Amino acid sequence: MLIILLHPTLFASVWNSPYPEREMKGNTLFGVFSSPPKHLDPVLSYNANEWHIIGQIYEPPLQYNYLKRPYQLEPLTLTSMPKITYLDMSGREVKKTDKTVAYTRYRLHFRNDIFYHEDPVFAKQQDGTLLYGALSNSMIEKLHSTSDLPIHATRHLQASDYAYAIKRMAVRQYHSPVLDTMMQYIVGLDQFSVQISKIAAETFRQHKKLDLRPYHIKGVQVQDNETLDIVIHGKYPQFLYWLSMYFFSPIPWEADLFYQQEGLKHKNLTLDTQPVGTGPYYLAVNNPNRRIVLKRNLHFHREYYPSLTPKEAESASIERQLLRDSGKQLPFIDKAVYTLEKENIPLWNKFLQGYYDASGISSEAFDQAIQIGTGGEMGLSDAMRKRGIRMLSSVSPSVFYMAFNMEDPVVGGYSPAKQKLRQAISIAQDQEEYIAIFMNGRGIAAQGPIPPGIFGYEKGKAGTDLYVYDWENGKRVRKNIETAKELLAQAGYPGGISMKTGKRLKLYYDTVATGPDDRALMEWRRKQFAKLGIDLVIRATDYNRFQEKVRKGKVQIFSWGWNADYPDPENFLFLLYGGNAVVDTNGSGINSTNYKNPEFDALFREIKTMDNTPQRLQKIEKMIKIAQKDAPWVWGVFPTSFTLLHGWFRNVSANAMANNTLKYKRIDVKQRLKQQIQWNQPVYAPLFWIVFIAAILILGMVRIYRKAQNVTLKRDEVQS
Amino acid sequence: MIGYLIRRILYAVPILVGVNLITFVLFFMVNTPDDMARAQLGAKQTTPAMIQAWKHEHGYDKPLFYNSSAKGIEQVTDTLFVRESFRLFLFDFGRSDANRDIAEDIKSRMGPSLSIALPTFLIALVTNITLALLLVLFRGSVFDLSMMIVAVMIMSVSGLFYIIAGQVLFSKIWHWVPISGYAEGWESIKFVLLPIAIGVFAGLGAGVRWYRSIFLEQVHQDYVRTARAKGLSEIAVLFRHILPNGMLPILTGVVVVIPSLFMGSLIMESFFGIPGLGSYTIDAINAQDFAIVKAMVFLGSVLYILGLILTDISYALFDPRVTL
Repeated sequence: MLIILLHPTLFASVWNSPYPEREMKGNTLFGVFSSPPKHLDPVLSYNANEWHIIGQIYEPPLQYNYLKRPYQLEPLTLTSMPKITYLDMSGREVKKTDKTVAYTRYRLHFRNDIFYHEDPVFAKQQDGTLLYGALSNSMIEKLHSTSDLPIHATRHLQASDYAYAIKRMAVRQYHSPVLDTMMQYIVGLDQFSVQISKIAAETFRQHKKLDLRPYHIKGVQVQDNETLDIVIHGKYPQFLYWLSMYFFSPIPWEADLFYQQEGLKHKNLTLDTQPVGTGPYYLAVNNPNRRIVLKRNLHFHREYYPSLTPKEAESASIERQLLRDSGKQLPFIDKAVYTLEKENIPLWNKFLQGYYDASGISSEAFDQAIQIGTGGEMGLSDAMRKRGIRMLSSVSPSVFYMAFNMEDPVVGGYSPAKQKLRQAISIAQDQEEYIAIFMNGRGIAAQGPIPPGIFGYEKGKAGTDLYVYDWENGKRVRKNIETAKELLAQAGYPGGISMKTGKRLKLYYDTVATGPDDRALMEWRRKQFAKLGIDLVIRATDYNRFQEKVRKGKVQIFSWGWNADYPDPENFLFLLYGGNAVVDTNGSGINSTNYKNPEFDALFREIKTMDNTPQRLQKIEKMIKIAQKDAPWVWGVFPTSFTLLHGWFRNVSANAMANNTLKYKRIDVKQRLKQQIQWNQPVYAPLFWIVFIAAILILGMVRIYRKAQNVTLKRDEVQS
Repeated sequence: MIGYLIRRILYAVPILVGVNLITFVLFFMVNTPDDMARAQLGAKQTTPAMIQAWKHEHGYDKPLFYNSSAKGIEQVTDTLFVRESFRLFLFDFGRSDANRDIAEDIKSRMGPSLSIALPTFLIALVTNITLALLLVLFRGSVFDLSMMIVAVMIMSVSGLFYIIAGQVLFSKIWHWVPISGYAEGWESIKFVLLPIAIGVFAGLGAGVRWYRSIFLEQVHQDYVRTARAKGLSEIAVLFRHILPNGMLPILTGVVVVIPSLFMGSLIMESFFGIPGLGSYTIDAINAQDFAIVKAMVFLGSVLYILGLILTDISYALFDPRVTL
């Protein structure tokens, strides 16, 4: 009753809407985020959740085409793709194939019609200094957000803003996660970083602002307002992918200086919480603990929904509906409201009520959402279809694998016996069963390190690990356990007993899976090894200790995973490159299995700088065959992501590389509102029952009370 | 009383230093500053230079308790423990390891936590006392017996069940309130109604049983018999005599929890999407954010001590036999 009587929306069409009515009726997308984004400063941010937000606000020079597959880069703020020139040591232009290539110059020519969103950081005085560059404490005290400041302005995007961003990346105190990687490539960035970090330390010690405009990096030259040259060492074609990442987003010097004001930091108003960009949206509300609201940038430049030729559409498996808006100006949605949902149950129920436009499928909701056909194929349940819900599935550019420490005296090493030991274990690990039991079938068994959709991935027999599978009747069939036992015997462990010691082989698996939910998984792991007569000892540990053990090479077998930074095979194969071995790089290498095969490494160095040609493909195939034979990993799983979409949510295409996809999406607001009202009508009957039961209880109590009050004690009761 | 208060506040200082010391020791037994740097930097490839820069900026490059490279008193004062502890005693919580102002975060999260905790506390108090008095009124009756059985049943079920069942019943099936969410101002009412109702209901069993036992103790006192002998109705006896005398143990038990209401409720806030303080500490532990952990442990200890002091004061205020 209390709930009803105090209800502020008693006369609204629905009572359970988590949004104000004006938001429900607006051209607004309703989404979720599962953990508060920590960093929205592009120099720092390196997390999918965060990129999902800043991707709509910041614009690096390049972006991934929304629809084309395989993934293809295209200009975003550039007039055309960067002009690439190869230089020798003296700076003279040479041919790409020339052996004297010492540097590569990327000439970026920016569009001149791009403006930042309106923001107080651009408000200036007549002398060009910032209007709000020195806010008083009393003014800051009144601010909830910088948008409370009355005067907002904008300005043109300039090439120097990109140079400024790279200079910020060089400042150690800003903790860019890619600085050390970029120092290997961008000419002069290493010296510049040392120099500017010293200056920054001194400047910050004196509580002054660090203006980076007077400083310059040798390899980053602003030619004019619209042209920027970036020179890198040698050849590194993947650098183009980096230019699509948010580390290379423009930073206006005004924003950098404005947000260095001490008082603003105390209000948590910094560039890390208040992004300033040229993208289709700006951040209107940032409450990382509750909700994030993006609104349309009225100054957004002209950009159109992508078009595909029929052939391109067919090769990318693009449905016709996804091309209905081709050529139309972006963005379509005016506002996006993202709400923090830490728990799966409320998220799922709100999705079913129509209050979220899309949802993933948690394990709790899997049976309700998915039905598995007789052939094992997954489809939407009838209940979902009745609501007009659609399902989008795609294989993520990620890999989860079980790794052997190649430095380990028992499972490591490159002798035929060691190879056979690892191959035997690989056969025994039934990944198909793992996917069915622990992932609800949401994944495909990997055959190598490169996932589908990435150059170098091959289907069919050519892409099969023939050390683990047989190719029978056009299908992959895992080799039987007898084959694995035979390999194990050849490795010196017949029946799992060491021929040298006569003892059962005991292996150690390090894991952070210590919760009660993980018991079943660990039991399953033990069973896989037990098939070969091997005892598996689970060494559960916390994440810090686990990482430390991996860094120091003090593990034997462990599980690990990798999400692609960019869709290039190099981004997966470098996980097995000897030069990146974690024990040889003081823990900073990416090759946590410490795999070092000279032939593989030589091929890696070659493919690293090659374009996607048949020759590159051939070399990659060779590398994968080498790795399959050595078996440093049990290849594991390429996970498949499933997304459910309401019928009113359109233009949604699975693009695992692009983060700036909000601008392409469209909402049919009328349909959504109609269905929200239809699905959420308050049920009144329980109200009457509650009133009725309460009335009976009260009446009963009154009656008992009156009866008790009117009792006259008998004489013997009084005496007792 | 002022002398007593000063004494209690002075006693609190070594307690808080001790709590702080235990927090430091426990946290750094599990996490090294290098681990913290890696967790905060979030990079796929973390280099020693990155770790060093992060530690230096956040002061974690200093020794924990003893600085052998310093001289004189600085060997003790130029350490992480003394530097951070001193700031805490000035209520300067500083910045989190993720570089957010902790005091500002606490301030912004305290309101939503209180918007659930305070009404739940007050409504539960009134409801529990009213129901307990009713049961005392009908003591020994079928109503009393059946309500006691219901109270034990309510106590026996996990709070999480009430949350999920409440969300399913009131939000999913009956569509009366949003499943989760929060808004500022009056808009927040529809979001907090269900968590408050669930909070009150979940505490009903234990509360009613406790208060009933307190009131039952009073029912057999001489002053109650005298009141009845004067010809007062049972309701008048309950409200005019039993309730005021029963309030003393209730008040002392209740006042101690008032300061901790600020700290919020982890599960309730997580399930209902309330942006309060409930999950602040747990999130910080998971993120290895020591700055928040130590600030919240310190704040929790201060509020607990404050609760105990308030309890003592309430004794003195409500029981004339007690002087401080």
